[in-house]
Amino acid sequence: MKTDQEVELTRFGVTELEVRRTLGKVKVPSVDYADLYFESVASESVSMEEGLVKRATKSVSQGVGVRATAGEKTGFAYSDEVTRQDLEIAAETARYIANAPQGDHPVPATHRTKPSRNLYPAETSIAEVATRDRIELLNLIDAEARRYDPRIKNVMASFNTEYKIVAVATSEGLLVGDIQPLSRLQVTCIAEEGANRQIGTFGGGGRAGFEFYRDQDRYLRYAREAARQAILNLSAVDAPAGVMPVVLGAGWPGILLHEAIGHGLEADFNRRKTSAFTSLMGRLVASEVCTIVDDGTIPFRRGSLNMDDEGTPTSRTVLIERGILKGYITDRLNARLMGIPLTGNGRRESFQCIPLPRMTNTFMLAGESDPEDIIRSVKRGLYAVSFGGGQVDITNGKFVFSASEAYLIEDGKVTRPVKGATLIGSGPEILTRVSMVGHDLKLDEGIGTCGKDGQSVPVGVGLPTIRVDEITVGGTA
Amino acid sequence: MTSNDFKELAGDLLAQVKRKGATEAEVIVADGHTFSVQVRLGEVDRLTKAREKRLGLRVFFGKRSASASTSDFTKEALESLVSDTCTLARAVVEDPTSGLPAGDLMATDLPDLDLYDPTELDTETQIELARRTEAAAMAADPRITNSEGADFDSSAGRFVLCNSLGFVGEQRSSSFSVSVSPIAIEPGNGGMQRDSWYAVQRKFARLDSPESVGREAARRTVRRLGARKVSTRRAPVIFDQETAGSLLGHLCSAASGYALYKGASFLIGQLGKRLAPDFVTIYDDGRRPGGLGSRPFDGEGLSSRKTTVVDRGVLASYLLDTYSGRKLGLASTGNASRGVGDSPSVGPTNFYLMPGSTEPADIIRSVKEGLYVTELIGFGVNMVTGDYSRGAAGLWIENGELAYPVEEITIAGNLKEMFAGIEVIGNDLEFRGRIASPTIKLREMTIAGN
Repeated sequence: MKTDQEVELTRFGVTELEVRRTLGKVKVPSVDYADLYFESVASESVSMEEGLVKRATKSVSQGVGVRATAGEKTGFAYSDEVTRQDLEIAAETARYIANAPQGDHPVPATHRTKPSRNLYPAETSIAEVATRDRIELLNLIDAEARRYDPRIKNVMASFNTEYKIVAVATSEGLLVGDIQPLSRLQVTCIAEEGANRQIGTFGGGGRAGFEFYRDQDRYLRYAREAARQAILNLSAVDAPAGVMPVVLGAGWPGILLHEAIGHGLEADFNRRKTSAFTSLMGRLVASEVCTIVDDGTIPFRRGSLNMDDEGTPTSRTVLIERGILKGYITDRLNARLMGIPLTGNGRRESFQCIPLPRMTNTFMLAGESDPEDIIRSVKRGLYAVSFGGGQVDITNGKFVFSASEAYLIEDGKVTRPVKGATLIGSGPEILTRVSMVGHDLKLDEGIGTCGKDGQSVPVGVGLPTIRVDEITVGGTA
Repeated sequence: MTSNDFKELAGDLLAQVKRKGATEAEVIVADGHTFSVQVRLGEVDRLTKAREKRLGLRVFFGKRSASASTSDFTKEALESLVSDTCTLARAVVEDPTSGLPAGDLMATDLPDLDLYDPTELDTETQIELARRTEAAAMAADPRITNSEGADFDSSAGRFVLCNSLGFVGEQRSSSFSVSVSPIAIEPGNGGMQRDSWYAVQRKFARLDSPESVGREAARRTVRRLGARKVSTRRAPVIFDQETAGSLLGHLCSAASGYALYKGASFLIGQLGKRLAPDFVTIYDDGRRPGGLGSRPFDGEGLSSRKTTVVDRGVLASYLLDTYSGRKLGLASTGNASRGVGDSPSVGPTNFYLMPGSTEPADIIRSVKEGLYVTELIGFGVNMVTGDYSRGAAGLWIENGELAYPVEEITIAGNLKEMFAGIEVIGNDLEFRGRIASPTIKLREMTIAGN
């Protein structure tokens, strides 16, 4: 298997000539842009429960998506067979939106490139890791979690890998490919003490090979963390209800930025004027201690890509700079219609979906406060260090995210653990209430998946410890 | 390929894996076509057309098993599927519980449940249906000035399941749906609100008119304008059909055999115990004619059936497939749900709460001060403990009247207490998905706001 990023079209069973001919049929004069997206994915999953690795699945899928855009319109078709006939049917559908008759139109000669960098060179392709090595890893996780505390009654773990090969050919003559490995290891523990039963979950991953998990015994740390959370929850008290100051820990709590800010700055919502941020460009939407970026170029991260799914190199985009709203994240269609730069954020779940502007790794830059001082500054509030999922209503800006590990802060000290609770706020307002930003920026462990329009893509988030002066905490106490 | 080609292909693969030493095996072949169009502000925004197919194989070598799937039906691809799956199965450990269902349990009566409509709509017709839906929403109120678009989707597919016990089953189904998300602007401060409405049916002729879907979406959107927060308190909460359905969905997940045997459900040990007041009865009915969750046989080839999950307030049955049933010492309830390439899991068919006799308007009138929830966001539900905390939006009730819209609040409680706290069930059951509920009123929850 090739380890560099150069992808041959022949592996999809087509020639450059056929690709150009198809693009020529799609790119009639009233079509602004057309592309073909070839994809081949091999994924494998093994999972363990009750101390047994008893499930293993493997799946292979391959196909092509054919797209044409004309003005604001997109015509799209896909097929899991890549024959000349399939390509022609797909081209016919994509062209339908342009109301143009069939014909052959010249497209520029294909200009072959490969991404200018390789953010995830895998020395051993993850697809070649023997199933027994994966199984061994899961067995050791089970033992480690049970060793952590005898109250751990069940350990579930799964290891998923994906090896994706893509090629994009555009009506502008670009032909570029990428090999995108992705893996994730997830551990869930159930703790029991009498009738009290609690859950703890931890995991990590990235565009990395098997060695990533064995490096510094990462996989054992995941096991201990999941066990620790489950045991901790045994003693959790009811979460408070109402408005209070909240300190968010470094790392995964960055999901706040993803929900509160990130989605609202995706170009499609702003072109359609349906985002709560639509008229706020250049305005102050956060306190001056906040600078937030979306960066798809960090090596090995889950949200990183050499190029997006339209062949545009990913980049680092400043969304908010010292509190001022600076930029949107874009795909080709929206960048063209809005007359703004391409940021390399055109992403799709698979060849069966159209590209949309999506986040990569979204995080806040480190500030100057000491994390200890941030906690000490709160008289009564919540310290939230781990979260489950979040969601946002783009139009009114209201977002939620749910804490899975949180503590009360009483008189500047972290005291009792509290049960999970949902935090709710308003995207354009919440960051104006960030008064302290720690110097401890951390990116998450690599488990995030973002859903939009029914499409899931891997993403990353990050955050230093921050103090939010006021947010509504949805507990029961 | 015809259905007979699929069955022949499946038979051939079953023979191949048997030659490789597999003791049991199962093949699923599925294919279908989909069409989808989105119209925004009167113009076609997106148009998608596709055909798909997929083949899944599950093999057993004694008590070891693995599954795999592919979209490539070429001879070479299928040969490598067979050999990869067999290799995987030999690599995992023995699981004494694994295996196909007992042969005498396989479905023999496969009734026509009215799930397939051969109607083929042309592209222009489907565009026009989406256009009419959005136009009706936009015309309903002058404050609706923008839209996330209206969608019309149609699809049809086949699902063939064959196993080494000799079961051969085929089901065909279709789906037609329409939806729209209008956006309204507040005249005063320019604040925006979005809501949506939809309809989905297996038969095109039964689909609500685009105009009625558009008008309902507009009504739901406009009533959110001017929403504010309320102060933190405990109060009665009424869930509308959609949000009540989400509560039922949580119950359905907790009643899944997999969550139960893993110790990951708040319903552990609750079978036969009181969960809710005696006017609460919940069914899972796999044979509802034309139902969106109906099917003649489940994902393992067992007959679908009607199961009473909650019988007059008492938890009467879990939802089980063969594997999770064996783990719990119970028989499958015919709830195996199946992705083509995965081993079975458990899912609902048509899971619903029996309606009561109270008009939803009378339920609202019965509340002096409380919340009428119309939207819930976020994932703050802990299946292990039942702890519940989600973001909510809706309308505040004062003296039995819907007084003003509210947002940026949460509602919290525990699902066990919430089901025990059901006070009234509305008479407005409508099936708009696999899970359906009438309006329900809960005695009290914690509402967090200002």
